[in-house]
Amino acid sequence: MTKFSPTRRGFLAGGAALIIGAHLPVGGKMAAKAASGPVSLNAFVRIAEDNTVTVIVKHIEFGQGPFTGFATLVAEELDAEWSQMRAEHAPADTATYQNFAFGIQGTGASTAVRNAFTQMRQAGAAARSMLVQAAAREWGVPEDEITVAKGVVSHAASGQSAQFGELVAAAQDSTPPEEPKLKDPADFVLIGKDVPRLDSADKTTGAAQFTLDVFRQGMLTVAVAHSPWIGGKVKSVDAAAALAIDGVEKVETIPTGVAVYARNTYCAFKGRDALEIDWNLSEAETRSAEEQMDEVAAAAATGEGVVAETYGDLDAAFAGAAEVIEAEYRLPFLAHAPLEVMDGVIENRGDAAEIWMGSQMQTVDQQVTANILGIAPEQVAINTLMAGGSFGRRAQYDSQFAQELAQVAKAGGQGTFKLVWSRKDDIQGAYYRPQAVHRQRAALDETGRIIGWQDKFATESIMGGSAFEVVIQNGVDPFSVEGSIHKPYDFGAFEARWVPTDSKVPHLWWRSVGHSHTAFANEVFLDEVLQAKGKDPVAGRLELLGDKSPRDRRVLERVAEMANWQGVNGSDGKAYGVALHPSYDAHFAYIAEVSEVDGEPRVRKVWVAADVGIAINPDVVKAQIEGGLGYGLSAALFNEITFAEDGQVEQENFDSYRLLRIHEMPEVEIDLAVSSEKPGGIGEAGTPPIAPAVSNAWRVLKGQPVRRLPLVRA
Amino acid sequence: MPTDLRINGKTHQVDLPDDVPLLWVLRDEVGLTGTKFGCGVAACGACTVHIDGEAVRSCQVALSDVWGEVTTIEGLGTPDAMAAIQQAWVEHQVAQCGYCQSGQIMQAASLLAENPAPSDAEIDDVMQGNLCRCGTYPRIRAAIHTAARKMQEA
Repeated sequence: MTKFSPTRRGFLAGGAALIIGAHLPVGGKMAAKAASGPVSLNAFVRIAEDNTVTVIVKHIEFGQGPFTGFATLVAEELDAEWSQMRAEHAPADTATYQNFAFGIQGTGASTAVRNAFTQMRQAGAAARSMLVQAAAREWGVPEDEITVAKGVVSHAASGQSAQFGELVAAAQDSTPPEEPKLKDPADFVLIGKDVPRLDSADKTTGAAQFTLDVFRQGMLTVAVAHSPWIGGKVKSVDAAAALAIDGVEKVETIPTGVAVYARNTYCAFKGRDALEIDWNLSEAETRSAEEQMDEVAAAAATGEGVVAETYGDLDAAFAGAAEVIEAEYRLPFLAHAPLEVMDGVIENRGDAAEIWMGSQMQTVDQQVTANILGIAPEQVAINTLMAGGSFGRRAQYDSQFAQELAQVAKAGGQGTFKLVWSRKDDIQGAYYRPQAVHRQRAALDETGRIIGWQDKFATESIMGGSAFEVVIQNGVDPFSVEGSIHKPYDFGAFEARWVPTDSKVPHLWWRSVGHSHTAFANEVFLDEVLQAKGKDPVAGRLELLGDKSPRDRRVLERVAEMANWQGVNGSDGKAYGVALHPSYDAHFAYIAEVSEVDGEPRVRKVWVAADVGIAINPDVVKAQIEGGLGYGLSAALFNEITFAEDGQVEQENFDSYRLLRIHEMPEVEIDLAVSSEKPGGIGEAGTPPIAPAVSNAWRVLKGQPVRRLPLVRA
Repeated sequence: MPTDLRINGKTHQVDLPDDVPLLWVLRDEVGLTGTKFGCGVAACGACTVHIDGEAVRSCQVALSDVWGEVTTIEGLGTPDAMAAIQQAWVEHQVAQCGYCQSGQIMQAASLLAENPAPSDAEIDDVMQGNLCRCGTYPRIRAAIHTAARKMQEA
């Protein structure tokens, strides 16, 4: 497999090292001097004569807000007016548009703002300097007498002023500053304000263009029949009935299934339904999900595993404990289920190819496409489009989808092809959040105080066997153990021990990755232990936090205040659950109010106290918290991919893979503690605390511990 | 046999088999791509359009069964001339990924046509067929209330 070189430092270190060596390529593909029309002042900023400033965004926009966030950073340092800002996706060009946390061009791990905060500000500041130099030359005045505000460049003494569009042609002859001067944060006028999103109007009127909306001359639409068993391969296919359908042009077997090429989507799906395929299951997973889960549980119980983090003398703590409490927690396979299915358009021109898709990992998508088509990566152009959600699904370490798209193009020959998955392809297409089983142990002294804590868990390595294996150090995959390590509490003695498991079911990072299971297993167990010793979940947590984690302490105290915390039992059959879980340099405490409706948990309200450092756009941050919370709540309540006795996935659409609906979404009250700390990642951090908060309340309501998700099992 | 369809005030002649879902007629044939495909089984609401003002799942309406004038999100308003309900959506910054919002807005528009001042419970009742994976539900509810107010004032 092709190995890429993600910068280990950025990937591994999480937040601390993410804002590294911000580097501003002024060259790149976009720096050719323009005789007329819009001018690129650097690889990230283009200004047109009509004064519009377009920010070239290296991260995909799928709702989390990089278009708006990056445009804000540029506008801030450029001193632009918000109404003149625009944004578009960068082309695939790793050297210019790499994610500093990955070393490749790609989006994920909530790194967008964290890797580019300084870079985008520098891009804006550099463009500003070039405009100021141009004005100084035109007006014959000193640069340091020129001011810029709200998109207007002015020289007070001479009464001259100009808008960006009037100066931009001349600015091409300016010298890009080597170290653009950045503002003092005290002078920010846009960062920290709720400027409206740049994509709202288009997304509210049907005008926003997604991959599914791309139509090219002569394009064929392609549906691929995939094996009903994960890992099954085509043994034989009878395509006669499919080919007899008017509008079906041809049928080809490709490595992942059988591709039907048709005049439109209707014919492609109809043709696919008419195929008769025999599957070779020799490499397929044919066991039930329960059998697979039991295997993971056995590994957690008996495997030796590797130590991901340890401190204190754990053996002594357990040997001298007055009491030991233990529990096992099980978490299922999860599909991401973004609302826009996986889709892509590819034009195969023989010696070159062009792709339109919601590419989340452009460098890898480009590389695998080139390999399959036998052309150089530079011959593969990628137009990144806005995507209808991802939650991890559109980035695969092996570029699963781009591979299938390229295979469709290879088998199809020269021409243009739109590959469209159905919802069944998505739900049954694996690349799931892997199953996980945690065995938790707590040692308590005679006063009921926790003096030792062990989280021993089994789950598949997220990065093992992938192009990103380099992040695995001393046998520990940071993405499998995150959230189990670096906990805010001081347990006295502690060990996180991970037993890696193997599975035939391809896995993937799922919104918040390791945190999606570690937060649940740890925060639910802690709550059970506190309850067993008659302790209050807020006070008990505060006691364990001590002075170790002041930001976590502050959010927990704040959320208790917001919810007017009076303990877990409320009136009228309500219960309250607490969870505290930091991730991605962001600190979150939740209190969930839960009641029972028709035998199911119904979450009426969630109070959220968050410290995310500098919030570039507080309203976008709040929207991400609401969204992350809703996404996590859907999984906690309902989501589980299961395999029947014969190994086939049992869910296939939203009627069987039940998602959170409007009446099940709680009211969310958020307090963003504004702090001057560096920005935390906000796309994922809202997800982990909701499952434990709701589970803790549900345990109180039902009088039964919650040891398994989802809470509502089919 | 070619069929005449009235869509957003214009007549379109389409020549497709009778059983082609309206969703794919709109998207692949007429070129109105604001209406989205999410599930194909009327479980997500992303394909919601109006037929004679009634909200329907266009993935479940065969071409030959289209009984009246079709209105899609493009027929409601444009980025430069938004309908009141779309303005409310922008005011509340509802859209994240935006993929479900055409369907949400069409569903909400038909709700407001029938019930100019819906309660939260009435909103939940009518809107629960429309899925959003980005968790924009609280903002959808707020935007519907705002739109209701605006439309009553107008």
